[in-house]
Amino acid sequence: MGDLVFIFASACVINNFTLALFLGLCPFFGVTGRLDTAFRLGLANIFVLVITSLSAWALNTYVLIYAPYLRLISFIVVIASTVQFVEMLIKKLSPGLFRALGIFLPLITTNCAILGLALFQTSRGYSLVEGLVYALGAGVGLTLALVIMAGLREENELAAIPRVVRGTAMSFFVAGILSMAFMGFAGLFSQS
Amino acid sequence: MASSSKKSAPTEPTLWDEGVKGIWRENPVFIAVLGLCPAMAVTNSLINGVVMGAATTFVLVGASLFVSLLRHVIPKPVRISIYIIIIATFVTIVDFALAAYMPAAHRELGAFIALIVVNCLILGRQEAFASRNKVGPSLADAVGMSLGFTLALVMIGGIREVLGSGTLGGVPVFGADPSLPSEGVAVFEPWVIMVLPPGGFLTLGVLLTIFAYLKNASAERKKQEMAASPDSARRS
Repeated sequence: MGDLVFIFASACVINNFTLALFLGLCPFFGVTGRLDTAFRLGLANIFVLVITSLSAWALNTYVLIYAPYLRLISFIVVIASTVQFVEMLIKKLSPGLFRALGIFLPLITTNCAILGLALFQTSRGYSLVEGLVYALGAGVGLTLALVIMAGLREENELAAIPRVVRGTAMSFFVAGILSMAFMGFAGLFSQS
Repeated sequence: MASSSKKSAPTEPTLWDEGVKGIWRENPVFIAVLGLCPAMAVTNSLINGVVMGAATTFVLVGASLFVSLLRHVIPKPVRISIYIIIIATFVTIVDFALAAYMPAAHRELGAFIALIVVNCLILGRQEAFASRNKVGPSLADAVGMSLGFTLALVMIGGIREVLGSGTLGGVPVFGADPSLPSEGVAVFEPWVIMVLPPGGFLTLGVLLTIFAYLKNASAERKKQEMAASPDSARRS
């Protein structure tokens, strides 16, 4: 149990996927213009990460022991098609949920956070439960980073920022400071 | 495909133009802000930047060659999946080659070699360029874009290594142990923050600011020249 808590906290804040490992930066800078959109993108990310964790576990256990050189190709193809399949399922079963998350799903299927999770989970040899907790932690961490970033950028819209730093450069400075703040979490478990 | 090449026939860009545009004018990292994950994750030293740049170059050039050759064969609806499979094949080759011949670099870069598959720069060039152009221009475009990407990685990696560890390419630039005081004063105290994650964001932020400033300054100068000589402005 303690291990699972550690895995969750580690993926969520200490080794935050976006701010400490630089995974999933494209949506981090691309889609964080508005708070509401960023939050829904985060939820879609959690959803895809959990599916990824399940698919990667199944592939590692049943397929890749026979053909390890197919690791990358099979991860990508299986994750992309599983997400597409679940997307169709949701569209049929819960149109409301589909409207909220649907447009983001194709966008994040081939995101580095998704493939990164599959690769890290494999290299650390996580079991099914550990993998799922890891995926949840990573997803919550991504959502946290996206929401904080979107909130800060909404505030920045109103601030008097010199013309040369406005836009992308300013986003990088904000991200750098956020990343410093998240480094503070590194001591979270060493004390106890 | 045939129509697009015909359309651009009057101002047919040369191979040289296709190659050069990626290095600076359409630099993938500084201008298009693509491929950020590897651009920051592995650039805490110059060497890492060079290895990552070389690996990306191999994948991009190989994938562009194949996509361009197969552009009439690949069915439109499933094209993205096919691009990804082609890219993943080349990444697997690089991954295994590095693990065999440069195990130290492979360990250092870790999962980020495998993550070249999802570098949006590579997929972007396949969709935007290689799938619509002949083999020659596609290769030129791929080489130029890769050089631009490598240049960006080397710049970011160099800056972060010099400021963060006081070395460049593993060679100390401020004397053997810069944090030791020489003649009473420390020559240089490494800024540890630069090799940590925040340093990546801040370095790129500073670089983008400098580029924006230079661009503004040159636009301003052009405007003043126009104002100074209204005749030439009217004529043009």
